[in-house]
Amino acid sequence: MSIPAYQMVDHPGPVTWSDAARREIDAIFSRYPDTRSATLPIIWLAVREFGWISPQVEAILGEVLKRPLNEIHSVVTFYTMFPQRPLGRHHVQICRNISCWLANAPELLDHLIAKLGIHPGEVTTDGRFSLEAVECLAYCECAPALRIDGRYEGNLTREKIDQIIDGAR
Amino acid sequence: MLKLATRNIGLENSHTLAVARANGAYSRLEKALAMAPEAIVEDVIKSNLRGLGGAGFPAGRKWSFLPKDSPKPRYLVVNGDEGEPGTVKDKYIMIHDPHLLIEGIIITCYAIRSHKAFIYIRGEYDLPIERMERAIAEAKDAGILGERVMGRDFALDIVVHRGAGAYICGEETSLLESLEGKRGWPRLKPPFPAVEGYQRCPTVVNNVETLSYVPFVIEMGGQAFADLGCERNGGLRMYSISGRVNKPGIYELPMGTPLRQIIYDYAGGITDGRRLKAVIPGGSSCPILTADEIDVPMDFDSLAKIGSMLGSAGIIVFDETVSLPEALLVLTRFYAHESCGQCTPCREGTAWMAKIIQRIIDGLGRPGDADNLIRVARNVLGNTICPLGDAAAMPVMSWVTKFRPEFEEWIRRGRPVSESPVPVTRIGERLERAAV
Ligand SMILES: Cc1cc2nc3c(=O)[nH]c(=O)nc-3n(C[C@H](O)[C@H](O)[C@H](O)COP(=O)(O)O)c2cc1C
Ligand code: SF4
Ligand code: FES
Repeated sequence: MSIPAYQMVDHPGPVTWSDAARREIDAIFSRYPDTRSATLPIIWLAVREFGWISPQVEAILGEVLKRPLNEIHSVVTFYTMFPQRPLGRHHVQICRNISCWLANAPELLDHLIAKLGIHPGEVTTDGRFSLEAVECLAYCECAPALRIDGRYEGNLTREKIDQIIDGAR
Repeated sequence: MLKLATRNIGLENSHTLAVARANGAYSRLEKALAMAPEAIVEDVIKSNLRGLGGAGFPAGRKWSFLPKDSPKPRYLVVNGDEGEPGTVKDKYIMIHDPHLLIEGIIITCYAIRSHKAFIYIRGEYDLPIERMERAIAEAKDAGILGERVMGRDFALDIVVHRGAGAYICGEETSLLESLEGKRGWPRLKPPFPAVEGYQRCPTVVNNVETLSYVPFVIEMGGQAFADLGCERNGGLRMYSISGRVNKPGIYELPMGTPLRQIIYDYAGGITDGRRLKAVIPGGSSCPILTADEIDVPMDFDSLAKIGSMLGSAGIIVFDETVSLPEALLVLTRFYAHESCGQCTPCREGTAWMAKIIQRIIDGLGRPGDADNLIRVARNVLGNTICPLGDAAAMPVMSWVTKFRPEFEEWIRRGRPVSESPVPVTRIGERLERAAV
């Protein structure tokens, strides 16, 4: 499945905050001197709640943050970690920057592409994996490196990648 | 070998309050709270502690720039964005010794009379974020943070703020914009953050590592700390080293340690006994050094003298088999990708440089492309709002100047004439597809 990178994907129905999320929103606001500074943490919360930022999610973000939609959209789209379409259950970010490149990262990216059957920016048809090539993860001392499900893995080889992917199925 | 910021790394449960306290944490805070705030600033000035995030500005002097008479609140913003390729140090502190950083933050806030600090941590850093948040909660429960810090009449709150994937947000004014809930478009300076920072209030922005040395300045006194380093560069620092060396990692060593010693004595020399070709001394934005230049002492002033920079001390090592034009393509693509797009020379220049290098790699280089690269870089340099433009231009100028024959060879023949003993993967097309 390949969706153009610029295209935002709608949620199937209306989205609403859970009660727990509402409580957390209040807690986030209490940490900052103004509401606008709570923007990034509340977008992060929305990513946790809804999986990705769709136009519907942007609308409810605008409501809680009391900011116009164009501002919400400009923030959401500026940062690479706010997905605007569903990711796989396991999101694989492989580093393509200099220290990893020196440690053969391009070959490992090829290996991942072959193994998962998808290119960076895509999601496997079963929705299990998505792949992204990213800039330096600050794990250069263990290059080549990737990040999966919020965890870093370094000193990658083909075999180690196989283990990580097979372990995440 | 003396260790300071990395002293507790390796102790079991070094991230917990109990272990940290048993190993000195917050004893320096006790000492600091008995001093006058101005005396702390004086001591830090004397210590020659430099900003270790990249620019090397003396920490104590930065603090002394806060306006004395402003009625506005003051903020400390801790830079834990760690985005400079080759730099991996701050995460060690945040993961293994979060209480050291917290102690440094409290002492600094006391010294600059701030009651609120933010730690901006890059979005990919789940474990550092978790460890910092837990440590802050522990410190609150123990009365080390909160309304009355250590039982004194001094209130301090620390908030962890998670970034969301943008190299530019490591630049201090971009970081402040991001913290304010906007996209990270750098601000024109002046005004500097010390005068108008977060919410237009006086703000000190310091790197994680910088603040982690503050407790040691208090512990040993500014002069003793200064004496550990070299002239005008006090103390130790954490050198990250990666690339083609046998033992990549972080090494905490005195300011001014010769680069050769770090590469050969600490990092175990070049992989497979190959010859050194080139080194980036301080993170990808720093001009490259040739193999003949590595006797340079690793401090801000010595590197500036030979036309490079100490930066974040992220050393990246290239051996004789690396094709430098291809490596430069990796870097210029990175800067083109990370340019915030706000100013034309940077937005256009970074893309042009990447395109020219791409065509050289693809065998479509034109005579004069080496000069074209230098010309574009020169038009970016110094003509942009923030230093990202320079960070992209300086590597291009230094690589093409110092390794010109290699670039010319690619331009002339479309491939390097000397066969590499180890094949170097071509990256051109693959990176293009990888744009997510
Ligand atoms: C493009 C760019 C990226 C930067 N990235 C970082 C970073 O990731 N971490 C950091 O501490 N400083 C970074 N800096 C430097 C900061 O702007 C600032 O100088 C620093 O945080 C100040 O703290 P210090 O004086 O303690 O070094 C960056 C600068 C630029 C121009
Ligand atoms: S120099 Fe580049 S990154 Fe910095 S403000 Fe200008 S366009 Fe943005
Ligand atoms: S270059 Fe890959 S983690 Fe730094």
